[in-house]
Amino acid sequence: MHIHPLEKRWIYLVLAVVGIFLAAIFYTALARNIHPPSHIEPIDSASLHLSAEFAEDKLGVWTQPDGTIRVTLVAARYGFYPREIRLPAGTPVTFRIASADVLHGVHIPMTNMGTMVVPGYVSEITTTFPKPGEYPMLCNEYCGLGHDHMWSKVTVVAKESWPEASAAQPIGR
Amino acid sequence: MLTIEIRKLALSHFAVAFGAFGLAALMGFYQVLARSDLIPALQSPGVYFASVSTHGVLMAYVLTTFFIMGFGYVTAVSSLKTPLWNPRWAWIGFWTSAVGTGLAALPLLLGRASVLYTFYPPVQAHALFYIGAALLVVGSWFWAVIMIVMHGQWKKAHPGEPVPLPMFATTANAILWLWTSAGVASEVVFQLIPWSMGLKDTVDPGLARTLFAWTLHPIVYFWLIPAYIALYSFVPKAAGGKLFSDELGRVAFVMLLVLSLPIGFHHLYMDPQQGAGFKLSHGTLTFLVAVPTLLTAFTITASVELAGRINGGTGLFGWIGALPWRNSMVLAGILAAAMLVLGGFGGLVNASYAMNAMVHNTAWVAGHFHLIFGGTTVILYMATTYYLWPRLTGKPLCSSTLPLIQLWSWFWGFVILTTAWHILGLLGQPRRISTVTYHSPLTFAWDPYILTMVVGGTVLMVSAGLFVYILAKSYRQPETGPIQADEIEYAEPLEPVTRVHPLLNGFSVWNIALAVLMLANFGYPIAQFFLIKTFGSVAWGY
Repeated sequence: MHIHPLEKRWIYLVLAVVGIFLAAIFYTALARNIHPPSHIEPIDSASLHLSAEFAEDKLGVWTQPDGTIRVTLVAARYGFYPREIRLPAGTPVTFRIASADVLHGVHIPMTNMGTMVVPGYVSEITTTFPKPGEYPMLCNEYCGLGHDHMWSKVTVVAKESWPEASAAQPIGR
Repeated sequence: MLTIEIRKLALSHFAVAFGAFGLAALMGFYQVLARSDLIPALQSPGVYFASVSTHGVLMAYVLTTFFIMGFGYVTAVSSLKTPLWNPRWAWIGFWTSAVGTGLAALPLLLGRASVLYTFYPPVQAHALFYIGAALLVVGSWFWAVIMIVMHGQWKKAHPGEPVPLPMFATTANAILWLWTSAGVASEVVFQLIPWSMGLKDTVDPGLARTLFAWTLHPIVYFWLIPAYIALYSFVPKAAGGKLFSDELGRVAFVMLLVLSLPIGFHHLYMDPQQGAGFKLSHGTLTFLVAVPTLLTAFTITASVELAGRINGGTGLFGWIGALPWRNSMVLAGILAAAMLVLGGFGGLVNASYAMNAMVHNTAWVAGHFHLIFGGTTVILYMATTYYLWPRLTGKPLCSSTLPLIQLWSWFWGFVILTTAWHILGLLGQPRRISTVTYHSPLTFAWDPYILTMVVGGTVLMVSAGLFVYILAKSYRQPETGPIQADEIEYAEPLEPVTRVHPLLNGFSVWNIALAVLMLANFGYPIAQFFLIKTFGSVAWGY
């Protein structure tokens, strides 16, 4: 096979560049444990109201015994419930989200909090909000004619003003 | 060998393709206006989502499939210099796809299939939509079989000779399409049609998204390969030169075939129903599929540089000015390359595994694929059509300047539109909204880019109208003397190829390699839905 010497050099260069990109991804994935939300956990979306975790009175923000925060949300046309939540900055927050109806997506712009919410599966994602502020939580997958209106509010407060709460108490609802 | 029969066949395909294109372009213009909220009377989610569903289906499935089939028939007979194998089948394929398009268009236009062109369940469309879409695909399978048979027959008649590059690439695309469409066809036939007709109560949206992801990446290469054929086979010749390397072109097409399929999970990075390991595996191969595109970039740039130097260009960049910029094929090639570079960088960001979270489902994504598909791919469809049109209709184009204005405006329209969308995406604006309703200060930052988007959309609508006008006006000219008998000419390679390695002249080994990769990357991820207990979803309206 005939390959021009210049083209050979180009091929080596291309492979090196691709190699560098892949090395960066594998480093962050394997050494820093940074992965997209990939949590295969089936759930019956038709009976969330009866489930131990996603029944209406179980939704909201919960402080775990180890000080981390867990947020339990239901995505349903057209909002993320509860519609308003408060969270502390600088603290790992784990969101667990289930859809009660169709496909949704959730994204808090300017942060890396985002995941698809697929009916029949629990979405789980952990993130830390670096800065206090008011953040909109938007649905970013078409879910019906009211999709434009599907958003909720997240208020991130400074860590110092976050109340110390006993475990298993919903706060910030 | 452009017989009257082939001309009629190709023109029929192009008529459907560009008719759909014109309608979809008008809808695109309405959509940027509606989304901008400049004219409050246009606000209607019902109309908007019906329009955006139709726009996506017409542009991504109808324009592409019909253009690719028509161009494929022309490429096969003109590069192999043999008659078309089984024209009857070609017409059956055409009518099957055309009827499918009509059946799907009915519910789309009536607002009964406002499920967007990705039609993710459990939002459900009218059954006719799924049936029509399936027929559109089935019709294209006739085309794929004809291409593969013609490739095989030619090889048998010419033992040891290399199959001409444009036909090698067309066959790669036909094989790619059979592999590609298997995913969405299984979703539609086994899940969506029985479910929409009431034969099944539920579908598993996780399985449906996985099968759709099987198709969702390679389908863009199905659309792109004809554009690459124009780059390899038409642009060097139009620029006055030769193709720098025929063999590396074959390498690129083989890599596109083998690597574009087992990578669909980069569309599912953010999905909960697939594991991180398979996502990383698909992500790795996604980066490798950049290699054939970078090889193409080198080969085409080198070919065009040679042409520029033959034309008298000197110095490091002097050859660029010496190119025939007033040749529509050369111009489209240069503009396509510019958009491919920009869009390719964006694609690397999308492909970057966890970093994808920052742009997933934002306006950035719409910006990315409009730049790569609407820009790079369609501008080369346009230039190819300008080249083929006189050879198919027997009449010259009505103007030599209008096509240049049209191509330049197509380029600038997409630069303006997609720059705005990329920035909007980084600022957090979701794709797939009909207007902005969020009461958040964040949205103030979006306003200037929303206006920019309207400017880009307006330029594009004018350009699309001009394209259809040029074709129609040229076609409707009175007969001017004897019909032109011009054959289609393909670029000669710089180094004549008399023999190529059998691996670069056929696809049997590559099909096996592909089967192994698909089994590795899709086998368990699909099987898991039958191994673990999952819960289906009932149908929802919208």
